Amino acid sequence: MRAMRTAFIAAGLALGLTGVLGVPGSARAAEAVHLPEVSFSHEGIFGTFDRGSAQRGFQVYKEVCAACHSMRLVSYRNLAELGFNEDEVKAIAAQYEVTAGPNDQGEMFQRPAVAADRFKSPFPNDQAARASNNGALPPDLSLMAKARVGGEKYIYGLLTGYEEAPAEVTVPDGQYYNKYFPGHLLGMPPILQPDGVTYADGTPATVEQMAHDVATFLTWAAEPNLEARKQMGIKVILFLLVFTGMMYAVKRKVWADVH
Amino acid sequence: MAAQQFKNPVVNWIDRRLPIFTMMHHEYNEYMMPRNANYWWSFGALAMVVLITMIVTGIFLAMNYTAHTSMAFESVERIMRDVNYGWLLRYIHMNGASMFFIVVYIHMFRGLYYGSYKTPRELLWMIGVVILLLMMATAFMGYVLPWGQMSFWGATVITNLFSAFPFVGDPIVTWLWGGFSVDNPTLNRFFALHFVLPFVILGVVILHVAALHVTGSNNPLGIEPKGPQDTVPFNPYLTVKDGFALGIFLIFFAAFVFFNPNYLGHPDNYIPANPLVTPAHIVPEWYFLPFYAILRAVPDKLGGVLLMFGAIAVLFVLPWLDTSKVRSTKFRPLYKPFYYILMADCVVLGYIGSQPPEGIYVLIGQLATAYYFLHFLVLTPLIGKIERPRPLPASISESVLKGGGRFPAGATAKPMEKA
Ligand code: HEC
Ligand code: HEM
Repeated sequence: MRAMRTAFIAAGLALGLTGVLGVPGSARAAEAVHLPEVSFSHEGIFGTFDRGSAQRGFQVYKEVCAACHSMRLVSYRNLAELGFNEDEVKAIAAQYEVTAGPNDQGEMFQRPAVAADRFKSPFPNDQAARASNNGALPPDLSLMAKARVGGEKYIYGLLTGYEEAPAEVTVPDGQYYNKYFPGHLLGMPPILQPDGVTYADGTPATVEQMAHDVATFLTWAAEPNLEARKQMGIKVILFLLVFTGMMYAVKRKVWADVH
Repeated sequence: MAAQQFKNPVVNWIDRRLPIFTMMHHEYNEYMMPRNANYWWSFGALAMVVLITMIVTGIFLAMNYTAHTSMAFESVERIMRDVNYGWLLRYIHMNGASMFFIVVYIHMFRGLYYGSYKTPRELLWMIGVVILLLMMATAFMGYVLPWGQMSFWGATVITNLFSAFPFVGDPIVTWLWGGFSVDNPTLNRFFALHFVLPFVILGVVILHVAALHVTGSNNPLGIEPKGPQDTVPFNPYLTVKDGFALGIFLIFFAAFVFFNPNYLGHPDNYIPANPLVTPAHIVPEWYFLPFYAILRAVPDKLGGVLLMFGAIAVLFVLPWLDTSKVRSTKFRPLYKPFYYILMADCVVLGYIGSQPPEGIYVLIGQLATAYYFLHFLVLTPLIGKIERPRPLPASISESVLKGGGRFPAGATAKPMEKA
């Protein structure tokens, strides 16, 4: 039984440690995807979002990705969590026209978006989205950071991973060679170009910088409670350590005359 | 069971009319545990805690969940984003399912090692197997509810298995689906069943514990306690011991919930279900992987299904397959290595279940499946017959106290006094 116990404890610790240290869950998935070596401030048990980066990432989404990709699960009001104040959020929302109604006459009408509205989608439906993208569907990005093996690292890789196709691969029209995309032939053009956006805070808009920023923003969008979760986790674990220590002491005392 | 006197007059008043407090006192205070039970005996209590946790978090999730194909995915995301502490509820529930299987698999391997399934605990063990089946059904249907890609395709693959049965197969599948594919009626009935089954499990667990308290717990030596010198009362001895075990377990549990809640899940389930797009690999949750490997071990669908159910059926009749009179593997030199080989075999099956069924994996999966059945159907009966077990100790207290005990037997004859 000793061997069994050791094996279990070792396995348990290994599983627990990988769990804690934040090895991306899906890294154990069947196909060995290799991911770019980037790190993010929200990794690790004390990780928090880099607000500046997430705000810049929102700008990249708004000015570049939003031309094709929806983010249906996120509302303008959520942006307050990234450090935008109430007026800024209202101003951002007001840049979009959304369909509302019906009014008293039974007609739908256009009005400026308000903070409570969801992000406006670029296309009315999937068919329209496909029609403008050579038949490829740009997926909703709200959960993208959780819906792919590798998460934000994969997103970063995808945006920076365009390269010349190897000689033996023929790239069909409307597709692009990307070293991180499974199968390598991606229907999304290399959309990030140096200085494609102008950052208000003066950060140089290199492709890597924009990819990193938008990956941060998308992680927040997919997991807006990440910070609250980790902070609560620290407190819970500390409490449990004290609780367990006390239980151990009590157990030793109660059993003292039995052993 | 003699009626108990309680300090609290209200409790006493109730107890004289409905002796539930006497019963609880009898089952959880006085219940005599073999004094040598080790921490593997804590896993039943841990399973109980997880079951209650699942029921409580599940009820609150259900208050915010919408069982409709066009709304289920979004309603789960609403829980994650807009319901106060909804993310906490969901991550506890999601990881709790995995914790449940970890705990129960260990609980079962404990029973296997110490021969807890043998006379007189056969029925206790069989009730356990029923619980396992109910848990698997519950977990499978729960995984369908968020209506992601793996939910949908997992449900499609597993329900389709029933079509393997000749003649009745297709009608059964149509009946399960409530239509001609996995669709809204399927989701609705899965939700209803997923809501009710945990309460059925709770009922069966109560039977499980009732049966346990008739025979009493087994122990690492596998010999029956011979008197009070061999046992300790459940309270306070086991309450504090299980309490400590619970603390360790909750740290493990919390590490997943708070620091890597999606580690045990599959990213594809964050993509809304789409009947027109099949995921590259459809893999079930990790706790089904060994069974999935057995299912795919034979090229014939019906054969695979029968083997998979057979894998659980052998557990059901295990008390009669094992011919050894000795319970604890400690005293079974010949059986012991085979116990560990079986354990390794289950891990191999789990790994194979996670791999695509091609090339060398197919062969390994077939060998591992064959070995699983060989262990239960051939080795277990055979070893019991030819093995010469090591001599059993005369009593628990003798065995416990000769190894460095500080007090002579009898020091704990009246252990209640110190509580
Ligand atoms: C010109 C339209 C367009 C723009 C702009 C665009 N994309 Fe895409 N994107 C697509 C299309 C089309 C696909 C689907 C590709 C396919 O399935 O082959 C896609 C797919 C993706 C995917 C999913 C890849 C996968 O694993 O399935 C991600 C992630 C992504 N885009 C991120 C972004 C980000 C971040 C931006 C902004 C920096 C962006 N896209 C800008 C058209 C666009
Ligand atoms: C919801 C799941 C389950 C719960 C809550 C549960 C609960 C318990 C509890 C509280 C005990 C007493 C403490 C202990 O010995 O660990 C116990 C004992 C036992 N359980 Fe379970 N159990 C579950 C599932 C199972 C399963 C799936 C099996 C086997 C197929 C099983 C087989 C046994 C056996 C044989 C014992 C007696 C062990 C001994 O005395 O050595 N149980 N169970």
